[in-house]
Amino acid sequence: MAYKPYMKSLIRKVEASRQQRLEDFRAGRHHARIPVDKVDEFLRQYHPDYMEGTKRAVAVGANKGDLVPNELADVLEARCLVDPAQVDLTQVHYETDVLIVGGGGAASAAALIAQEQGLKVFMATKLRIGDANTMMAEGGIQAADKPQDSPPRHYLDTMGGGHFSNDPELLEALTVDAPGSLEWLERLGVMFDKEPDGTMKVLHGGGTSRKRMHSAGDMTGAAIMRVLRDEVRNRPQDIRVVEFSPVVELVLDDTGACAGGVMLNLETGQYFLVRARATIIATGGFGRLHIQGFPTTNHYGATADGIVLAYHLGVPFRFMDASQFHPTGVIYPEQNVGLLITEKVRGAGAQLLNREGEQFVYPLEPRDVESSAILRECHERKKGIETPTGRVGVWLDSPMLEIIHGEGFVKSNFPAKHRQFTRHGIDVSKEPMLVYPTLHYQNGGVRIDTETETGIPGLFAAGEVTGGVHGRNRLMGNSLLDIVVFGRRAGRRVSEYLQAAGAGSGAAGGAAGSAAGGNGKRKLSLEHVQAYNRELEAAGIANGRTAPMILPDYRFKVG
Amino acid sequence: MKEGTAAEMAKKASGQTAEAQKAQAAQPETQSSEDVERRLIPIYIMGKEYRVPETITILKAFEYSGFRFIRGCGCRGGICGACATVYRTGGDYRIKVGLACQTVVEEGMYLTQIPFYPANKAEYCLEELEPTVGTLMKLYPEMTRCVSCNTCGKICPQDIKVMDYVNAAIRGDIKKAAELSFECIMCGLCASRCPAEIVQYYIGILCRRLYSRHIARPAQDLKARIQEIQEGRFGEELGRLKSLSTEELMKLYGERDMETVG
Repeated sequence: MAYKPYMKSLIRKVEASRQQRLEDFRAGRHHARIPVDKVDEFLRQYHPDYMEGTKRAVAVGANKGDLVPNELADVLEARCLVDPAQVDLTQVHYETDVLIVGGGGAASAAALIAQEQGLKVFMATKLRIGDANTMMAEGGIQAADKPQDSPPRHYLDTMGGGHFSNDPELLEALTVDAPGSLEWLERLGVMFDKEPDGTMKVLHGGGTSRKRMHSAGDMTGAAIMRVLRDEVRNRPQDIRVVEFSPVVELVLDDTGACAGGVMLNLETGQYFLVRARATIIATGGFGRLHIQGFPTTNHYGATADGIVLAYHLGVPFRFMDASQFHPTGVIYPEQNVGLLITEKVRGAGAQLLNREGEQFVYPLEPRDVESSAILRECHERKKGIETPTGRVGVWLDSPMLEIIHGEGFVKSNFPAKHRQFTRHGIDVSKEPMLVYPTLHYQNGGVRIDTETETGIPGLFAAGEVTGGVHGRNRLMGNSLLDIVVFGRRAGRRVSEYLQAAGAGSGAAGGAAGSAAGGNGKRKLSLEHVQAYNRELEAAGIANGRTAPMILPDYRFKVG
Repeated sequence: MKEGTAAEMAKKASGQTAEAQKAQAAQPETQSSEDVERRLIPIYIMGKEYRVPETITILKAFEYSGFRFIRGCGCRGGICGACATVYRTGGDYRIKVGLACQTVVEEGMYLTQIPFYPANKAEYCLEELEPTVGTLMKLYPEMTRCVSCNTCGKICPQDIKVMDYVNAAIRGDIKKAAELSFECIMCGLCASRCPAEIVQYYIGILCRRLYSRHIARPAQDLKARIQEIQEGRFGEELGRLKSLSTEELMKLYGERDMETVG
């Protein structure tokens, strides 16, 4: 689906303004930023988070009364998928030190560190290990490692990007652990973009005041995830990975500590009980709930299951009313709709333009501001470009990168993206891309502390499923960092927790111990499931829905 | 656990609930007005005919036809390698391949997925390995069975020069093998067609990890910063930032000096 003739004639307007824009760019003359004291008002006017009728107060649970997107409320106001009457809690199928729910970047990082502490790990994951948003992250990973940069600067940039709502303690942990996390990945053999002397190349991202975006082509997340997965598979004696088998409910013991979970084999429909001395939720985000009907960049399994599991246990969440819309999702060709165009493209200098070929926003605003500006341009100002299927978007002028950085820059720096357009007859080194905001990230999530503890003994959480570190809006490059920093923290913390619980030091005999105390086997319970269902009934909710959702249903649809 | 319920759960997991069925019934109507390129063409999923809109991807064609994926679907964005698909088109003897999420359907396409392909992965401790051809030969001795037929390169949905990187590995040019294989998404199609039974993508990732760990130079600025952090260099400043009010933080944020873009 190459560009249609009418689109090509609009591209000529982009080309017509390019020379002047390049001169301005080179002279350091940029489009005005939205002043910091006007940001709040701007977002309230244009950001999807503030659209009326898209949220409701959740009727049950720890966050009862809090506004969340309707689509999230739907899975919270749903009966637990598992019927406790059908689960024999005396028949344990698997025993382990640590149950990790999920199979992405945070889960894998946690598994590796926990294993290094001598623990046996059991990873239960819905799809394959690595089928995760981590795999899809493109642009980079932040760390303040250059002389002109510092962790406090990283802190301030991130705090501003989150509109000063971030949890200060979590954010401090993120920035302080960042260089060490990168070095860990480097030692594991992640192929970062480097100078010949080993210095890591860095670029800007939206909202950064220093270049601290480290990358591996435009496949940074994939480069990291491939290595983490490979390393997990190097340790099969200690890390058991079970795929297509999500945990669909957590279980407690009679002290109220988390003692593992009920796992569902998606292919056979069988339940399995996994008894664990500690459990880490690392299930990722909620893009596949399609908040407000937006397309999403998220992988197939991003259905908020971890939030639901924790919520059934009474673990509250934070900032779940704040969704991140990535400014530049592909809107044409139709096959690529929702596909992400990394912020790195704008970091390298590409500008956003309306149908007149005019700039309408500073290209590196934080994501929510940038997305809001695109929505304003398309809907209020009606200066977007319509696609043949009736979608609307704005231009991202990728060809100007060839002029700024030299011919071949687009293909060599964004090989995956270049290919995905070439397949459909568009050469993005010569023609701009058509983009529109797309649902990208769950800013909020399960409440944790700096040690990834949830408040339930033996239950930890890390990665996109958690909330607080990014506040209401995450900056680019901080999610790959988040999953590594807090995944590693979770792996370390479970070991400390189990040592304090005094049940031996793990692998040797620990797996046979009980969840918290180590004094023989404690009775397991799904009483919280019954209590949750009772609360739903008391609230008069009887809609036939069950949760977790596990997978979305796209049957008989085109879009 | 009772069997009956387990079967019900599987049904739920595959979405065959009354609610889901109602939703399906409503879908085609709500979608039809939006889709202007809606000509239906016949495709054959594992031999059975379905009619699907001509502009959609194979992945969406499966779903449009009523399939609900458990395997064979991951990122839906062309990067995870879950949806490797094999097909033939009418009258053409050649086997074609593609990622289901990236390949547009063609009229008369006979297709199936390869959601899993058995492959031996060597287990190793990266720290202890030498970045040499000897290491590669020890972990993947079948590597030398390559007959240079280039079936792997022709089948690769990423257009990677698979044979070239395998040959680079055989020569011991680990850097070259790492660079040439960088875009590999490990979908497994190369290994599924290799007459020498080589698992190319595992050789690729081994080379990338060997190169990054043992050949590329470590980042010195990273080490320097880690040491500063360990010495507590930033504790005070971070402590101060953590204690500031939102107004004070906003002021500092607004006053930041920006490193040049570009």
